[in-house]
Amino acid sequence: MWDLSLQGAALTPFSAEAGRARLRAFAQATGQEHPLFLDEAAARAAGHPALLMPPTFLFCLSMEGPNPQEIYERLGVNYAHVLHGEQHFDYHRPAFADQRLHFAPRIGRLYARKGGALRFFEWENRVTDGDGQAVADLRSVMVVRPPPQEHGHAAA
Amino acid sequence: MPLPDFDAIAVGDVLPPLVLGPVTRHALGLYADASGDDNPLHIDPDYARREAGMPDAFAHGMLSAAWLARVLTRWVDPTAIRQLNVRFVAITHIGDEVHCRATVADKRLDRGTPCVYLELRVHNQANIPRLAGTAVVALPAPRPTASLPSTHKDMT
Repeated sequence: MWDLSLQGAALTPFSAEAGRARLRAFAQATGQEHPLFLDEAAARAAGHPALLMPPTFLFCLSMEGPNPQEIYERLGVNYAHVLHGEQHFDYHRPAFADQRLHFAPRIGRLYARKGGALRFFEWENRVTDGDGQAVADLRSVMVVRPPPQEHGHAAA
Repeated sequence: MPLPDFDAIAVGDVLPPLVLGPVTRHALGLYADASGDDNPLHIDPDYARREAGMPDAFAHGMLSAAWLARVLTRWVDPTAIRQLNVRFVAITHIGDEVHCRATVADKRLDRGTPCVYLELRVHNQANIPRLAGTAVVALPAPRPTASLPSTHKDMT
């Protein structure tokens, strides 16, 4: 079961940014056709300082802390057994290419269902800009599946 | 892109849907590269079988989430999105089609701002649910029309 004292524990904060080439590559890999994600001139004409970050891209940056395994290590979870259960974004202001963003991750709620067979952990990220203004709040619900049974062996 | 007219939006309206896929290994490779999510569960069938007991590699949930978000960004300016919540109901497999749709569940003023509340859904070609979610988009406040001549629709 979970060590409930870890609920709310802060993880290592970090800063991250994505250049326009990367944002454009993400937009293309996801078929995003809106000009604000692809065309810098269009973004500037609409009053933005640079290309807009696609709505789900903040989740990608949230995984780019100094140790992406940190939350799994803190919780003692094998990440091969983890499935992404839910993803929540609360947007406060737009984010842009080449903008330095600050991530303050922490462990959220820890709980179990199905008599403990499925364990859940929540991973929260507050994202702020260089002035400390709120950009977005992210919350992931992760599911820990029981390990697969070995062929011909009793589960350990 | 003309903004939707808050007054004309009705509960039950369906936004123009999007159908993507079928999901290929190539699409997952492109997404892994662009997102930075290099979890081998989505790339390497041997790893997926051995470490997670899955029959094959499977799609990133966040790829479907990015596709689903395109239903919103084809409808409103991306900066209008206030909230995006997705729940990964079932794994999207290689070969699945990804049908994305959004339905108006409610509309009301939130502290004076016209907001539209959407129900989101992704299903495969057999109409089996893959993602469920909600979104909130804020539309610009309607301009006072009392002193303006009657509006006419842009025919483009």
